[in-house]
Amino acid sequence: MTDNEVLRFWRNVALKGLFLFLIVDLVLAAWDPLPALGRISAYNRLLPGRVRLPYGDDPQQSYNLSLYSIDAMFASHEVSAGPKPPDEFRVLLIGDSSTWGFLLQPEETLAVQINAAGYWLDDGRRVRAFNLGYPVMSLTKDLLLLDYAMQYEPDLIVWSFTLESFPKNKQLYPPLLQNNVPAVKNLLQTYGLQLEEASSLVEADFWDRTLIGRRRLLADLLRLQFYGVLWAATGIDHHIPETYTAVMEDLPADNTFHDLQPPQLQRDQLALEVLLAGVRAAGDTPILFVNEPMFISQGENSGIRYNFYYPRWAYDDYRQILQAESQANGWDYLDLWNAIPAHEFTNSAVHRSPAGEAQFARLLADRIIEMANESH
Amino acid sequence: MTLTHILAFFVFALITGQVVPARFRTTLILFGSVLGVYWMQPSTPVRNLDFWLPTVSIVLVVLVWAITRPVNSEEQTARLLQWRSLAAGLLILGAVLTISLTRYVEPLCCLTPTRPPGLLQVALALGIGGVAAAIPARVKAPRQSLSWFFFILLVALLVILKSEALSRTASALLRGMTGQQPGLASALDLPWLGFSYLSFRLLHVLRDYQAGKLPAYSLGEFASYALFFPAYTAGPIDRSQHFIVELQQDCAETAGGRTWLCGSGSDLAAGTQRILWGVFKKFAVADTLAIIALSPQNAVQVQSTLWAWVLLYAYALRIYFDFSGYTDIALGLARLMGIRLPENFDRPYLRQNLTSFWNGWHITLTQWIRMYFFNPFTRFLRTGSRALPAWAVILAAQMGTMLLIGLWHGITWNFAIWGAWHGLGLFIHNRWLNYMRSQGAFLQAAPRLQRVLNLGSWFLTFHYVTLGWIWFALPDTDTALKVLANLFGIG
Repeated sequence: MTDNEVLRFWRNVALKGLFLFLIVDLVLAAWDPLPALGRISAYNRLLPGRVRLPYGDDPQQSYNLSLYSIDAMFASHEVSAGPKPPDEFRVLLIGDSSTWGFLLQPEETLAVQINAAGYWLDDGRRVRAFNLGYPVMSLTKDLLLLDYAMQYEPDLIVWSFTLESFPKNKQLYPPLLQNNVPAVKNLLQTYGLQLEEASSLVEADFWDRTLIGRRRLLADLLRLQFYGVLWAATGIDHHIPETYTAVMEDLPADNTFHDLQPPQLQRDQLALEVLLAGVRAAGDTPILFVNEPMFISQGENSGIRYNFYYPRWAYDDYRQILQAESQANGWDYLDLWNAIPAHEFTNSAVHRSPAGEAQFARLLADRIIEMANESH
Repeated sequence: MTLTHILAFFVFALITGQVVPARFRTTLILFGSVLGVYWMQPSTPVRNLDFWLPTVSIVLVVLVWAITRPVNSEEQTARLLQWRSLAAGLLILGAVLTISLTRYVEPLCCLTPTRPPGLLQVALALGIGGVAAAIPARVKAPRQSLSWFFFILLVALLVILKSEALSRTASALLRGMTGQQPGLASALDLPWLGFSYLSFRLLHVLRDYQAGKLPAYSLGEFASYALFFPAYTAGPIDRSQHFIVELQQDCAETAGGRTWLCGSGSDLAAGTQRILWGVFKKFAVADTLAIIALSPQNAVQVQSTLWAWVLLYAYALRIYFDFSGYTDIALGLARLMGIRLPENFDRPYLRQNLTSFWNGWHITLTQWIRMYFFNPFTRFLRTGSRALPAWAVILAAQMGTMLLIGLWHGITWNFAIWGAWHGLGLFIHNRWLNYMRSQGAFLQAAPRLQRVLNLGSWFLTFHYVTLGWIWFALPDTDTALKVLANLFGIG
C-alpha cells in the first residue's frame, strides 16, 4: 500500500471507531445497562459468594470494594447462590457496620456465628442467617437493601439499628443512596416517606449516563469480579489493621446530639416512618427490630454521655420512644442496648469484638428461634 | 509512564515526526528527551534529589560522549560534529536551566515533582559538569583509562542502586548533605528513573569505544540515543550504532513522498496502532491482572494449591503484558518519529525451550549480556591456562550470565536464585539438546511423537519460567519457598 492508502485506511478505521463509540454511548444513555450487567457475576458460580455485602475503602488489602450497583452487590453475595432450600429457615440480617462486622474476620461475623452454632427449628428446618448489613448508618439505606432482599424469600428479617441511624436529616446522605436515585425515589414514593433531604437526590444527566460518565461504575463491576478471585483464594474480605484507636472512654462535656439540644428528643425528629415502611416492604415476613448493643463509658463525663455518639438524655429518650412505638405498632422489638460488656467493643461504640459478637449472636438466636417456632 | 505521559509524548512524537521538517528532528528529540527525563522522575524524600538525579543522568551522558567521541574522523566531519555538539550542549544547558527556573514560577510548575534547587546551585553544578566534559573532549589521544574509570563508576552506581543496604547508606549520606535526618534513610529514597537502562547504554558505548567499534556522532545524536524518552524508563536497550543510523537516515528517502518529514504515513499508522496496543496491554490487561497476581501480600494469605496456581499464572501473564505493553508504547512512539527501535519480546510464552524463551523475552537485555558478558566470559574460560571441559564452560557461562541478569533487577537472594534457576534450566536444556541430537533420526521417523514432544516441551518451558517468577515476585526466600510448597500441596 502507498502512504496515502495507508493513511486513508486508518482514517476510515478511526472514523468508524468514532461512529461506533457514539452509537454505543447513545444506546447506553438511553438504556441503563448497569442492573443487567450487575447481575452477571462470577460469584456463586466460579467463585464462592461473599458472606457480607461488598464494602471496602482499601481494595488492595481487603480484596473488597465499595460500589453502587445493588444488583452486583447482591449477585456477589452467597444469598444469591440459588433457590432457597426447603429445609432452610432464612433469616436476613439488616443493619449498619456492626451487623456487617467491622473489624471482624468473615468467620467472626454475626451471621456466620449464628450459622456455625447450628440452630434447628421444631419443624426440622435449619436456621440460616445471611449478613446483609452495610457499613453506613441510615434507616433508609437499610430499607433500600431490605426492599431489594425480599426477592430472596426470607422467613424472618432481623433489623438492627442504633440511634445514629434515625435522625431525619441524615437519611439520604450515604453515597449508596445518592447513586441509586431512581430506586430511592421509588421507595420514598411507594411508602410516602417525607424526608427533608429528598431534594438533594439528583438523577444522572445525559453525560453521566454515557459510557464515559459510567466508566467508574462499569470498572467497579469488573473489579468486583477480580477481587473475588482473591476473596476465594484467601478468605479475606476486610482489612483489619494490627492496631487501631480503641473506643473513646473519656468523653467531652458536651450534651448535644447532632443539632439537637436537651432536654427532650422529639418523636418527629426520628425517621420512625422508615421502620413502618420496612414492615410494609416485608409484607407477611416478620421483622425483629433490635436496638443494638453499644459501649457504655465509665470514664470522664460519662455522666453526661454514654459514649462518643450519644448524650444520655438523647439516648434515653430514643429508647423510650422506640419502646412506645413498638408497643403501639405491635412490633417484635428487642432492646439490647446494654447487653454486651464495655470491654467487648473495639474501635467504636457499636463495633464488637469476636467474643462480643458471639454473645450478641446467642441473644439474637434465642429470639429468632422463639419467633420461628411461634410463626407456624 | 502514566497515561498522561503517554498522551503528551504521543502529541510530541506526532509533531516531531509528522509536522516538523526533518532537519529539526534530532534537536526536537533531544529537547523532548531532556524534558522527559525530568518530567518522568518520581519524587523522593531527599531534598531536591528529584532534580539532581535526572541532572546527573544528563551530565553522565555528556561525559561519556566526551570520552568516547571519535578523534580520528576527517577534519571537515570533525568540525561539523564539533559545531553540532556545541549547539546540542547549549540546548541541553538551556533546557536544564529553564527547568531550574521553574523554581520561581508559582504555583509549583511544571516538570519536576518538587521545586528545583536555586539557580546558582544548578549553574555551578552544570559548570562543573561542563568543565569535566570539556577536558576529555579536547584530548585528541585515546582516552582508554578515562573510559575504564567511567565504566567502573557506572557499574558502582548500578551496584549501589540495586543493593538495599548500599542505597540506604547513600541516602543517609545525601540526607546528611541536605541537612535532613540520616536516621530516616531508606533504600526507596533513590528512585533513579531509567538508570538501569541508561547505564547499560552507556556501558555498551564505553566497551565499544574501547574496542574501536564506535562511529562518529555528535553530542546531540548521542544524547538523543542515551536519553531517548520513549525507551528511557523500560527499554528496549538499543545499540548506539543502530539508533544513530536511524537518526541519521535520509528521511526524504523513507518518507514515501512526503519528502520533508521523517515519519511516513505508514509510520504514523503503525506507530499509533502499536501505542494503542501497548496501552491496552499495559493499562487494561496487565493492570487488571495485577489485582490477582501473586504478590508478597497475598502469597502468605492464599489458602489452597489451586488458587496459588491461579495467582501465579496471573503474575506470569501480568508481567508479560505489563513489560511488553510498555515496549509497544516505546516502539510506537519512536515509530511516529520515523525511528525503528529493536523488538524486545517475541511470543516468549509460546517457546518450546528455555533457550528459545530467552530469545523472545527482554531480547535487547539478553543480547547485551550475551555480547558484553557471555561471549567474552566463554572465550576466557575456553582459552584459560587450564581449559575446562565443555560442559563446565557451558554451566559456568550460563550460570554467570543469568546471575548477572538476575542481579541487574536487584541485588537480593531472590533475584540471584531466579537467575540461577534460569542458568540451571539453560544448562539442562543444552545437555538435553546434546542428547537429542543423537536421537534425531528416530524422532524424524515418528512425527506424532515429535508433536507430543513439542507440546510437552512448551508445557514444561512455560511452567519452568512461571515457577521461576516466584523468586522474582517475592522479596524473600522464606515466602518463595512457602509458595512453592503450597503449589505442590506440601506443608
